[in-house]
Amino acid sequence: MGQVKTAEWNRPGEALDVARVREDFPILGESVHGKPLVYLDNAATAQKPRSVIERVAGYYETENSNIHRGVHRLSELATRAYEDARGAVRRFLNAAQDREIVFVRGATEAINLVARCYGGANLEAGDEVVISAMEHHSNIVPWQLICQEKGAVLRVIPVDDRGDVVMEAYHRLLGPRTRIVALPHVSNALGTVNPIKEMIADAHQGGIPVLVDGAQGAPHAAVDVQDLDCDFYAFSSHKLYGPTGVGVLYGKAGLLEAMPPYQGGGDMILTVSFEATEYNDLPYKFEAGTPNIAGVIGLGAAVEYLTGLGIEAVAAHEDRVLAYAVERLTRVPGLRLIGTPARRASLVSFIFGDVHAHDIGTILDQEGIAVRTGHHCAMPVMDRFGVPATVRASFACYNTEAEVDVLAEGLERVRRLFDGV
Amino acid sequence: MSDLRDLYQELILDHNRKPRNFGPLAGANRSARGVNPLCGDKVTVHLHVEDDRVTGVSFEGTGCAISIASASVMTESLKARSCDDAREMFERFHQMVAADDGNGNDGAGMGKLAAFAGVRDYPARVKCATLAWHTLRAALDGDDKAVSTE
Repeated sequence: MGQVKTAEWNRPGEALDVARVREDFPILGESVHGKPLVYLDNAATAQKPRSVIERVAGYYETENSNIHRGVHRLSELATRAYEDARGAVRRFLNAAQDREIVFVRGATEAINLVARCYGGANLEAGDEVVISAMEHHSNIVPWQLICQEKGAVLRVIPVDDRGDVVMEAYHRLLGPRTRIVALPHVSNALGTVNPIKEMIADAHQGGIPVLVDGAQGAPHAAVDVQDLDCDFYAFSSHKLYGPTGVGVLYGKAGLLEAMPPYQGGGDMILTVSFEATEYNDLPYKFEAGTPNIAGVIGLGAAVEYLTGLGIEAVAAHEDRVLAYAVERLTRVPGLRLIGTPARRASLVSFIFGDVHAHDIGTILDQEGIAVRTGHHCAMPVMDRFGVPATVRASFACYNTEAEVDVLAEGLERVRRLFDGV
Repeated sequence: MSDLRDLYQELILDHNRKPRNFGPLAGANRSARGVNPLCGDKVTVHLHVEDDRVTGVSFEGTGCAISIASASVMTESLKARSCDDAREMFERFHQMVAADDGNGNDGAGMGKLAAFAGVRDYPARVKCATLAWHTLRAALDGDDKAVSTE
């Protein structure tokens, strides 16, 4: 973890004051079908604190301008705010340099960028890419696309019945043809926290770089990319209390420098003629066109908000609520958790009797409870556990044990409506 | 609880618990697969069509109560219908459950299919109710590419 800015009312080591945190999120005052909103779909997207909403509005009201080009005052303000956000993200990830932080549309685009630019330059026929059986589709399909194009092979680390990667199988998969490993920090469908530091070290023994899909990791745990020694780390702003349409690719400078550009356009060049184009330096080489300026600035505010709360305090709070949820839901007759990993973060996935997840979602919605139901963009995980779909409750800094109780009561309503379970 | 009971009527719960005409169909001469990528529901509809008439029908698949019950009631409603009748039923069913088109179709004259009129108030569930019907239409048209509700 880099520098941790601390809110005045939440000193380091202190437990999170959840009642005060909730006041920071205007939407938590909303009602749904006449019931107080119980928002447990944070793994899909997190709600936004007032500081983020106001920062985005403030940018449009007083600073809106294009960046990196105008010499006028507003352009200077916008450019500084945009680059300040890069600095905030750099500190948040404890990256060594600002230029290792590339702003993209989201974790999906970050992974596509690495698959296309790193994979495109380094994969040959017969080479191998290693991923796990618990990936989100966004860490499968980009690799499939580049493997198909290059004649490379996608190898998949199996997952055991608890929802943990099988480490012996992982070690066997790492071989002389492995060109890159791509892993989720935290599984979006199972909640598994992978031992990524160990897995990165294992890959590095063979000189193989590792991309970490941190979409579900960065919002819930301190991430130190230098300590992890990961080569790439991807996450999305909107799951981390920031705006949608923005994400981050962290990459080691040496790797990013050696990669060809992702898209061509303005801002990513130094000089252009019809004969030859000289590309801009990092990170601008990968930021073609006018970026989502307001979104990036909003992400900067979100990172500052989260570091202000203290990511350790947030993680400790979420772990407490999560432990309560696991314990409470396990006591619901007929409920089966999907995924019981050694280490879990932020979410719990389950099925309930033979009632389909979609029906459960509709009934819970009538109680004001927002959960995700379906395959969570992880169809191979559903196949692995032999279920068509699950209900997923996912937690953020503002969720409480009382909300877990509302969820459990909602499930009793499902039971009554479906006559047993 | 009344509003949810409008959606989850006893007939729907019953057909979900005990789907009718569920399984493969011996002698089927037309089949189609349908998927709802949003939720992963999958259904296959098998038909036996003779002289432009549905003489046998069954379905297989997994899905929520709305999609399974809809498929089940659909198979019951189709037997011995002409293919044109079946297509017309699809149109009327779709009108009944699709929200916001103000067509005033409340399911009158549609028999058991009227039990699905409540779906109209749950826009996120319209695709569940219509998956089997879209798949039926593909089977009638002899379209063997999987249909999708997206």
